[in-house]
Amino acid sequence: MSLRTLTPPDPETLVTGALPRKRRRLRRAGESYGFLAPTLILLFVLMIVPIVMVIGYSFQDNVILRSSSEFTGTANYVTVLTDPAFWKATGNTVFFSTVSVAVHLVLGLTFALLLNSPLISVTSRAVFRALYALPWLFTAAVIAVLWRMVLSPNGIVNFLLNTDVEWLADPQLALGTVTFINIWAGYPFFMVSLLAGLQGIPQDLHEAASIDGASQVQRFWNVTIPQLRPIIISLLLLDLIWTSQQFALIWLTTGGGPIDVTEMLSTYTYKLAFANYDFSLAATAAVLILLMSLVLAVLYVRHQKARD
Amino acid sequence: MSTHRRMRHRATLFTGIATTAVSILALTACGSGSSGSGSDAADGDVTIEFAQWWEPELPDGEFRALIDTFEEENPGITVDLVSGPYASTKEQLFAGAASGTMPDVVGLDGAWVSDFAEQGVIADLTPLLEEAGFDDSQLVSQVKVDDSTYMVPVVNFVYPMFTNDELLAEAGVDAPPETRSEFADAAKSISDLDGDAAGWVLPLSLEAPNGVQNDVMSWAWASGGTMLDDGQPDLTNDDVTSAVEFIGGMWDDDVIAPGSFTMKEQDKVEEFTNGRVGMMIDSLAHINLIRESNPDLAFSISAVPAADDYTGERGIPYASWGIGISENSENKDAAAKLVSFLMSEETNSELSTMANAFPGNTESVPAFVEDDDLFKDAFDIYQAGYPANEFVGLPVAEELMRQLGAQLQSAFDGQQSLSEALEKAQTEWEGEF
Repeated sequence: MSLRTLTPPDPETLVTGALPRKRRRLRRAGESYGFLAPTLILLFVLMIVPIVMVIGYSFQDNVILRSSSEFTGTANYVTVLTDPAFWKATGNTVFFSTVSVAVHLVLGLTFALLLNSPLISVTSRAVFRALYALPWLFTAAVIAVLWRMVLSPNGIVNFLLNTDVEWLADPQLALGTVTFINIWAGYPFFMVSLLAGLQGIPQDLHEAASIDGASQVQRFWNVTIPQLRPIIISLLLLDLIWTSQQFALIWLTTGGGPIDVTEMLSTYTYKLAFANYDFSLAATAAVLILLMSLVLAVLYVRHQKARD
Repeated sequence: MSTHRRMRHRATLFTGIATTAVSILALTACGSGSSGSGSDAADGDVTIEFAQWWEPELPDGEFRALIDTFEEENPGITVDLVSGPYASTKEQLFAGAASGTMPDVVGLDGAWVSDFAEQGVIADLTPLLEEAGFDDSQLVSQVKVDDSTYMVPVVNFVYPMFTNDELLAEAGVDAPPETRSEFADAAKSISDLDGDAAGWVLPLSLEAPNGVQNDVMSWAWASGGTMLDDGQPDLTNDDVTSAVEFIGGMWDDDVIAPGSFTMKEQDKVEEFTNGRVGMMIDSLAHINLIRESNPDLAFSISAVPAADDYTGERGIPYASWGIGISENSENKDAAAKLVSFLMSEETNSELSTMANAFPGNTESVPAFVEDDDLFKDAFDIYQAGYPANEFVGLPVAEELMRQLGAQLQSAFDGQQSLSEALEKAQTEWEGEF
């Protein structure tokens, strides 16, 4: 007669009728991943796969349009990085982005401070807020068509100023003009966000500063700005990322011209892909833009983490 | 765990799994759209796909009716029309070319032909049309790459000169100019009038750079000139140089409407329609648009002026609805029958009437020529000259126009001379070829 070794039953199972703890933990983890799966699959298919493919294309030639593409190492990177047009586009993008973002901040903060003034009634504040926020509601295509008409040689601006300036067609003015249009289109985002921030600053801080004898200007620099700093930094980084990738507005107003004065990294890449059909070089330019954006994105994430 | 809790647990688990399954199914469905060319049915009937952007641009149902006639005449062949806007058709064809799933018959723009021919995705039409019993001597033109015909223009939209009768009369010009000197004088007279009208309009936008083809190179073609030498770029030759210098002269005389560097074709038409420019070179397809937008505008159509001493035939810039056959098609014979049908004298007349365009068959005559004086004038110009568009069939045609456009902008802005602009564009073009 042989003895059978019996596994002792789990006391918790015996008492509560529940599954063992290990199984339960596994099951709970399985459920969590089950719920996360749709998002993870979408992220994988719509983000990871395309990004990996584009990075792959940047190391090959004749991609997409030819069936026979070959690994070319860093040749595409050398071609793009030695192309003067790429550096011209980079310079224009840096100017366009930094000026836009700086003026967005100044304008947004100014309007937010005006709207946050206790001298303005709640109704007036709502009306002005809606009015100032209007540009934010238009899509890039509408903004482009609107400003093309307003700034055309026969447009209303020239009529009012009694001039015949070619705002978008003059190589000396075009970059400044598209930057101005972008500033007009983007400041409401800063204004609305900063207004919310201003309204969240406790009044006690201002009162305490006033009792200590701080002037309006001192209160602005020593109370308002430090309180808004986390919002301002987030806004600056986000806006830099968005503005540096602006395509539709540039493409629909100037197409990167006259000559190359408004050529941005986005229009440069688009032309490589859809005018030259050189998807390898376009992928290379896109990867370089990705790397530049990545620096900003890392700064943003680190800032957010520090805040948390 | 109570039964109730267990059931709730199972329900949430089931929901999670179901959501995942639906997501996977949805993604799979996205990726498995039907593609590929026509198929042979079991009974020997064939279905061919015809991708084009023409159907949406024609009066509702008319193109389908034409295809129905083809199906009646050719029992056993069914045509599946794959219609979309121009840009979508272009994207679809380029994607189809890469994946080997091009439809059997494809609507083509001349600018794509070189790329498709080089990839080997479109077929040489000459033997196919011969087999289908079509005499290709009836064709107004054929687009060739390396001596093989890959595209046949089905209908052509020509670009003659439009003149504002009233402005010309005010400026003391009795008739539309026929030579470059007359044109420059007329433009100057119009610009000198009181008011803000300019003599001519030159769209040089780099977003849509077709102004280089229609408004710049047309001057060279109108005088029998060419920008190519044995299929290679030749931008520094006398034909192109004299045309560009002629335009540069008008630029210096300040007779060109302001805003050229970002102006597009639609802006040009708007300037003319509103009476702000006296003359423009534009597509005949815009006649009705101009009439609808400004019914009071009196305007005429004439040939693009030629060099003063030129007496030969004039080239007229044109854009086409072209047609080609996919190399991968399993039903090339049926596809060739469809192409022959569309290019036949009768069908081509009908199609050009529908599209307000000029026929691709030399013997076809569109009906609107009989009813409308302006179209009649244009048709006379078309028949007296020859369709000229050397960008058709060139590699990356749009990019070539953009490169030359940017160099011309730089020259007009005073940053370089016109000859330097042409030399630089020539170097850039050689790189693309």
